Amino acid sequence: MDYTKEMLASMAKVEAAREKNIALEPRRLTAEEKEALLNQYHPDYKDEGFTTIKVGPNAGQKAPIELNEMLEANSRVKDMDIDLSQVDYDVDVLVIGGGGSGSSAAIEAHEAGAKVMIVTKLRIGDANTMMAEGGIQAADKENDSPAQHYLDVMGGGHYANIPELVRKLVMDGPKSIKWLNELGVEFDKDSDGTMVTTHGGGTSRKRMHAAADYSGAEIMRTLRDEVLNREIPVVDFTAAIELIKDENGRCAGAVLQNMETGKILIARAKAVILATGGAGRMHYQGFPTSNHYGATADGLVLGYRAGAKLLYQDTLQYHPTGVAFPAQIFGALVTEKVRSMGAKLINSEGEAYIHPLETRDVNAAGVIRECSTNGKGVDTGMGKAVWLDTPMIDMIHGEGTLEKRLPAMLRMYMKYDIDIRKVPILIYPTLHYQNGGLEINDKDETCVPGLYVAGEAAGGIHGRNRLMGNSLLDIIVFGRNAGQVAAEAVKTVEVGKLNLNHVDEYAAELAKAGISSDMVSPKLLPNYANGRKAI
Amino acid sequence: MLNVYLMGKKYEVPEGLTIMGAMEYAGYQLVRGCGCRNGFCGACATIYRIKGERELKVALACQTTVQEDMYVATLPFFPLEKQVYDINEVKADAQIMMQLYPEIYSCIGCNACTNGCSQGLDVMQYIAAAQRGDFATCAEISFDCVMCGICSSRCPAGISHPQVGVLARRINGKYIAPEAKHLTERVKEIQDGLCTEAIEAIMAKPINELKELYNTRDIEK
Repeated sequence: MDYTKEMLASMAKVEAAREKNIALEPRRLTAEEKEALLNQYHPDYKDEGFTTIKVGPNAGQKAPIELNEMLEANSRVKDMDIDLSQVDYDVDVLVIGGGGSGSSAAIEAHEAGAKVMIVTKLRIGDANTMMAEGGIQAADKENDSPAQHYLDVMGGGHYANIPELVRKLVMDGPKSIKWLNELGVEFDKDSDGTMVTTHGGGTSRKRMHAAADYSGAEIMRTLRDEVLNREIPVVDFTAAIELIKDENGRCAGAVLQNMETGKILIARAKAVILATGGAGRMHYQGFPTSNHYGATADGLVLGYRAGAKLLYQDTLQYHPTGVAFPAQIFGALVTEKVRSMGAKLINSEGEAYIHPLETRDVNAAGVIRECSTNGKGVDTGMGKAVWLDTPMIDMIHGEGTLEKRLPAMLRMYMKYDIDIRKVPILIYPTLHYQNGGLEINDKDETCVPGLYVAGEAAGGIHGRNRLMGNSLLDIIVFGRNAGQVAAEAVKTVEVGKLNLNHVDEYAAELAKAGISSDMVSPKLLPNYANGRKAI
Repeated sequence: MLNVYLMGKKYEVPEGLTIMGAMEYAGYQLVRGCGCRNGFCGACATIYRIKGERELKVALACQTTVQEDMYVATLPFFPLEKQVYDINEVKADAQIMMQLYPEIYSCIGCNACTNGCSQGLDVMQYIAAAQRGDFATCAEISFDCVMCGICSSRCPAGISHPQVGVLARRINGKYIAPEAKHLTERVKEIQDGLCTEAIEAIMAKPINELKELYNTRDIEK
């Protein structure tokens, strides 16, 4: 790889200090120090990245500028002649989104006997779940407990989490792992069956279960296989562009659009589960992202227009270790597991300036501090970065460990002739996760009857900062829950006459507030064509 | 600038882009052939040849840098054959492979699958393991598969290698790998209500007490 002289000089300092830095256990920051660091450096605390929502249930609250643009944009069905009486799909439960939570929901709804269908704008499995590398938390070891897990989740989330949701998350944790294992997910185990577990940032017990660094991929491909085995219909390359309600105000389906042909299709359902995932491709504050191509906050827009409330829409997770070099993989994720296994964050001067397993928001703020006011970042040509000293892993655990436990990371860098067993890598925060989303209760219900939300599109579980490994857990716990609850609920539902009145009413509200937009939403896909920067 | 040929048509693109980045630079608004953009989902399987070279190469478009005179054909979909089965009913023996994917026994050993793997896996070896009913080995070798389907596109025997790998891994994960007893026990403890009191106690704590507990909690070494 073509390193600059500056990079090589700094790398030499990292190498020279490696033995000393391995032995060093950087001090954990106090609560006050963390607060000060976040206030000064974390992007969530930068006012210029946000604006005030003007209409709808969250009017008056803060939201990222790019999300608010979508909330103020025109519906894609505007000026379309849509005939809701021509129903193309008629099901009990409509699942929108084909990632981990959508697939889990569909499996459970099917298990409960409901007629269920998945609609997804790309393919089933094209989702952030597939890209989750590090692992999934659950309190199943002897020295651990759901209560201990609860404490870590609440502290990591700055106590803003909805307690009943956290309870559900941690109490259902072990049985979710068991469910996955019984579907055939290959967790890393010792020869006696004991799960190999490690720390994540902000955990007090080693409860991170993994499948090498393909944890999410292993879960996703197993769930996908199970959906297909059950012959649950999956309508792919088809986006939901608006929810449909019935005359009783229940959510009763969705207007769908074929992504390739543009054809409009109507899905009628007794219940709808929004499992549309995250928002990294919105590139809030110009950040690169580790997210998949379709992470454009679609569910938030659809749900909001239908009257569901947002919660913590102003808190995003910037993963501290996104790739900063080489350019081809700029913004891609370097799993936290690299730090779980002992690699430390090192600035340009070779200093281990922070504990590598502080929570993600704190470590992201720390990287930004080193690269800005501290002046200890390394210039990559695309901005500044700090080192993640990957060779420490084999030095601590023995040769071959990195290759065995982090094969995806090794492969990703080897394509650019960077052997991360031998040289450290340059990293900078990347937009990784939408901490907030649509407000739900512990039955996955929103305030709109018949509308359920699961996975990254839901808010409240993680408060204002999610811990590593709690998202894979959340999609399984709340995905399954949504499927079970919706399947039970539909037994007594009769769908009335369909309408899109809420879309017109929302548009009227925007007009009344003097807002007009030349954009449409949901966004569906980012536009990187013709040299627009795919940051 | 470099000359690249996307589906045979010539474009000039800057050096240093991935194949996917080059397509977008050239003006493609991708719908097909683009998923995670990080090498995990297998949506962007691509076959290419450098002008004048005999060898056909395979890659993921999101993980591969463009080169001068690269002829690129994307493979956004390949018809893999997936058989339906009930994971709770299958048995961990070679019989299930014979029943669901009998074409694996028609492998002629040409190794085109291995040569065509975008992940650099020894695909033919994991198919050989599947033939023997050695699910653990098949699972291990196939573990990093992203199911891009290039192997199957090159197989004269019509084998759907990625599906064979999934079946082997699920059987291995469910039936062959040893049970995690601590997990089974904890699930039972929670079901029996043994964790309820502690969770309710911590939920009932005022926020200041919770903060104090958090800030002073012991962290496992």
